[in-house]
Amino acid sequence: MSGSHPGRIAARFADCRAQGRAALVGYLTGFDPDHERSLANLLAACEAGVDVLELGVPFSDPTADGPEIQAAMVRALAAGASLEGVLGLASRVRERFAELPIVLFSYANPLLRACDRDPAGARGFCARLRELGVDGLLVVDLPPEQASILRAPAIAAGLDWIGLCAPTSPPARLNKIVNDASGFVYAVSLTGVTGSALDADSEALRAQLEDLRGRTQLPIAVGFGVREPAQVQALAPQVDAVVVGSALVQAGRDGPSSLASRVADLRAATTG
Amino acid sequence: MPVQPPDTSPPALGDFGQFGGRYVAETLMPAVEQLAREWPIAWADEAFQAEYSRILSEYVGRPSPLTPAPRLAAAIGGGQIWLKREDLNHTGAHKINNCVGQVLLARRLGKTRIIAETGAGQHGVATATVCAYFGLPCVVYMGAEDVARQALNVFRMRLLGAEVRPVEAGSATLKDAINEALRDWVANVADTHYVIGSVMGPDPYPSMVRDLQRVIGDEARAQCLDRMGSLPDAVVACVGGGSNAIGIFAAFLDDPGVQLIGVEAAGEGLEGRHAATMSRGEVGVYHGMRSLVLQNDDGQLQEAHSISAGLDYPGIGPEHAHLRERGRARYLAIDDEQALAALSLLSRTEGIIPALETAHALAALEPLVAELGPQAKLLVNLSGRGDKDMHTVMGRLDAESLALVERARAHSSQAQAGQGGQ
Repeated sequence: MSGSHPGRIAARFADCRAQGRAALVGYLTGFDPDHERSLANLLAACEAGVDVLELGVPFSDPTADGPEIQAAMVRALAAGASLEGVLGLASRVRERFAELPIVLFSYANPLLRACDRDPAGARGFCARLRELGVDGLLVVDLPPEQASILRAPAIAAGLDWIGLCAPTSPPARLNKIVNDASGFVYAVSLTGVTGSALDADSEALRAQLEDLRGRTQLPIAVGFGVREPAQVQALAPQVDAVVVGSALVQAGRDGPSSLASRVADLRAATTG
Repeated sequence: MPVQPPDTSPPALGDFGQFGGRYVAETLMPAVEQLAREWPIAWADEAFQAEYSRILSEYVGRPSPLTPAPRLAAAIGGGQIWLKREDLNHTGAHKINNCVGQVLLARRLGKTRIIAETGAGQHGVATATVCAYFGLPCVVYMGAEDVARQALNVFRMRLLGAEVRPVEAGSATLKDAINEALRDWVANVADTHYVIGSVMGPDPYPSMVRDLQRVIGDEARAQCLDRMGSLPDAVVACVGGGSNAIGIFAAFLDDPGVQLIGVEAAGEGLEGRHAATMSRGEVGVYHGMRSLVLQNDDGQLQEAHSISAGLDYPGIGPEHAHLRERGRARYLAIDDEQALAALSLLSRTEGIIPALETAHALAALEPLVAELGPQAKLLVNLSGRGDKDMHTVMGRLDAESLALVERARAHSSQAQAGQGGQ
């Protein structure tokens, strides 16, 4: 268990709070467009100021994602992406950034498949994730009703279980989600897929975030459709973190320096 | 198939053992929960039942007849073969039974917009038809590959007033159309109902679609008792997602003497490209359900292949996986060539041109008669008619008739040229 740093996520949120700003959670799809260029992009993004890395596992049928991330997953799979390969990228990032929280984003099937294939089952797989330097899991198609198959072994292995709250979730569901979550709660900003157009100043979103704040002590991250520094600036005072995904994937298509400058612009906006 | 470690068994949601469940994004969960809550109430409501039955009777044309097939039986070595004629329904297949019920439910829930996915176009046409009947806007997602292969059905849907949206992503076939329909539903869940076309997807869809297709089995069971004087020895149906099979099986589940036999598509053969989820699939989570799926070691879905677009799907309804696991149903695989031969045989012996999907079930009859004996009573769900498949079949089965058409065309243009010279 060398390199195990329990609480990297909590520590980073505390740091950001002390600096009087929101954390920047940056999403990139592993292996997009291939192993080498993905690694270069990941390192550049983290160097440029991503506070929490959300590393996406490519999936053949990403039903919750919009066109930008779908295309990234297609590129990644065409380049031979596998869960093991993406975990290899995670451990390379971990070598360079000892304190950076890494959250693995995935659809359920690749993870459940890995659990089935691990001699020690889901517990064994989750323990290995932890050893490789992963800090949390964000599984988009495991709502609370279905989450126990992976959540319990993840928690047992010391991984945080990131809960997803939707604008459509009624109060009873929100309470269940935040009670099951650890690390942070991810507020989905809009009723739609990733990368959709977002009005960051909408009253409904403000009310949604305020309501969520009343339900949990955990840090709250908001994401889906956040592309511009102005949106980060508008959201930062209301939350503990802002998630940017499709926009980083798009910037990453032009290589590490373009991506890094996009990250720097977004990071500068986190002071609100 | 790998044994599931105990710590990955899901909580019971849906009634299909380890299969089923609701594996969808949180944004959709409230809508899925609403369906799960409201469907049993609607289905138990006499007024809802009365309207569903009335439309099936006066619009769809139910009950569909049971037709004996003695010349087919003679050609395959015996058996008493009876065909449940879902091909005679309005729009030419069993799909419309489900669409009528789901659109009625959508209206009851105050939804004002309907979306659907389609592979060959049969479910899309049935959904577009019912939306026209009720005056509801309808969007149908269809893989771009399928749009190209099924131009006639695309035109039918547009004529019926539906918007057809081609899906270029992934393999541009049925599974990608489902992905895109799910994305539309996530974005428009407040006013939109997604009419899933088979016994698949998140709970309650597999149960709801079964309930709506069960009319096939209920009618057929009564017709068997009336016409054959007994229950059949076996009920045979083709399986893609599995709705026509579940619909006819459902009425016979509690008749232990009746064998239930599903027939899936072996495509170019089980060692090549196929859609044989039961034979070659493994447990996975996909399109909102836990079931058997065709996937690689890394949990990525594989592209299915069948000559019949309706069976060209890498998953299967969770109830089928459960029926097989508990030994209540068994599943055979029939390849493209066998299906084509069966389509041709039924056409010539009984004057019925079946859909390519249905032809898979028909192709299984000869080995079943050999196994069960020449006195065996076999009930087959004739799930759809073959008009939509004529272009595919002509290319594969009857190059001669294509050549005949070409010669006639050449002759007629020569004649015209000759006339012009006078």
